[in-house]
Amino acid sequence: MPDTLPIPIADGLICPDADGIALLASRERATHRLCFPARPEDDTRYDRVLLPRTGRLWSWTVQRFRPKSPPYAGPEAFEPYAVGYVELDGALIVEGRLVDVAFDDLAIGMAMRVVPLPFPLADGTVRTSFGFAPDGSAGI
Amino acid sequence: MSEDVFIVGAGIHPFGRTPGLSGLQQGVFAVRQALERAGLAWRDIQFAFGGSDAAGNADTMVSELGLTGIPFINVANGCATGGSAMFGAYSTIKSGEFDLGLAVGFDKHPRGSFSPLPADWGLPDWYGETGLMLTTQFFAMKIQRYMSLHGITPRMLGAVAEKAFANGVLADHAWRREAVDIDTILHSQMVSDPLTKFMFCSPGEGAVALLLASGRKARELGLPAVRLRAAAVRTRPPGSFEVFSPALDLERGGSPTSVASQAAYDMAGVGPEDIDIAQLQDTEAGAEIMHMAENGFCADGEQAAWIAEGRTRIDGSLPVNTDGGCLACGEPIGASGLRQVYENYVQLIGQAGARQAPGKLRLGYSHVYGAPGVSAVAIVER
Repeated sequence: MPDTLPIPIADGLICPDADGIALLASRERATHRLCFPARPEDDTRYDRVLLPRTGRLWSWTVQRFRPKSPPYAGPEAFEPYAVGYVELDGALIVEGRLVDVAFDDLAIGMAMRVVPLPFPLADGTVRTSFGFAPDGSAGI
Repeated sequence: MSEDVFIVGAGIHPFGRTPGLSGLQQGVFAVRQALERAGLAWRDIQFAFGGSDAAGNADTMVSELGLTGIPFINVANGCATGGSAMFGAYSTIKSGEFDLGLAVGFDKHPRGSFSPLPADWGLPDWYGETGLMLTTQFFAMKIQRYMSLHGITPRMLGAVAEKAFANGVLADHAWRREAVDIDTILHSQMVSDPLTKFMFCSPGEGAVALLLASGRKARELGLPAVRLRAAAVRTRPPGSFEVFSPALDLERGGSPTSVASQAAYDMAGVGPEDIDIAQLQDTEAGAEIMHMAENGFCADGEQAAWIAEGRTRIDGSLPVNTDGGCLACGEPIGASGLRQVYENYVQLIGQAGARQAPGKLRLGYSHVYGAPGVSAVAIVER
């Protein structure tokens, strides 16, 4: 539910709504090329757009050691996590964490959907980032 | 009329870990060794290009080498630092401005993975904060997709790493000098699927110095020399897949490697079928496989047959990474690209010792790749 999400980890990254979240991107007016993350809102060469919420897994890996801090801001206690690129329908191939899926079940081509990801920082606060989860509503 | 450019000498500080020496001092060691082997003195050198990623300013080595007043240009170009230093030295001699100069690269990194900061790469903080900004993830995801499209198996990755360590045993400048069998490689700790610990290179230390001369100067010196037929540095084209990319275009394109490779072949007037020995960026075992295709040596997927038939071994039809590459030598960023050229130089002049590739070697090819999408290719001829 959007009104229960912690504040986003960055401005201009995600757009919460009744269906969860969508990712914000920019479309260059001159070339119609999409880019993510979105450009600053006052950059008049671009229009803000929302990316499609669904797509297919393009590639993946598992992060099995704790990344160095900085830049990593997650808690000291570490659990391996999956990372992938998802080809969002007709738009862009976006990188993010993969959630709600066993590592052994990850397969290129599987249907995915963007979801809010509560991200705990090392200081105990929680921010909303994004991830991709298997899309139960779509066929494989 | 532009000048021909020759490599007339080379020196190397062994790669690995050298607690007693700074990166800069390892650079000085390599320069002194190159001069000594060539029978030259520092005062003979007319100019220098050099750099490191994390070990200081190359031009300060004049304090140790001698205050001869030469122009000494610092190069800082990430993973292409060494290749860019050589490109600078190559262009300077080609222009006719000077006829004997130095390209030097060195580095010294702390243990563990690199820890880049998002702002240095034009990226927002959240990208690093949430654990997406790791070079290891990029290489894993690039080979993961490549394997699914082109029939490459984990065992082929293991075979590439096994070859690297076997070659490293024979290379006196290598860091890892013990053979590792394929099953140990495949069953070692998984770092980023599908890549295990032994399939990744590690940040390390080392230094390489190359002496470059004009054709006239090279003839005058009468030293063992190889002609630098091409030195190309290129950044990424549209639709490429690079380190530190929050998103990729749907329309897939070429790579900085394919662009630099084509530019080098054009400069040299040769093709991949003419190359006798190659040193290809092997940040991890899959990178060597993908770079075989990106540099034009085979079609995507043909690597399976190449590896099965041992064609990339030292005694194969195209020896690849004959000193064990980054997997056996480690990755001191500023020195890595020049190590590859060093290796081709000693191979082509027949001084590679136990790892000498058999037969007449005429053309040597080297390729370095790094963030955020830059490749450097050099072709040398004996």
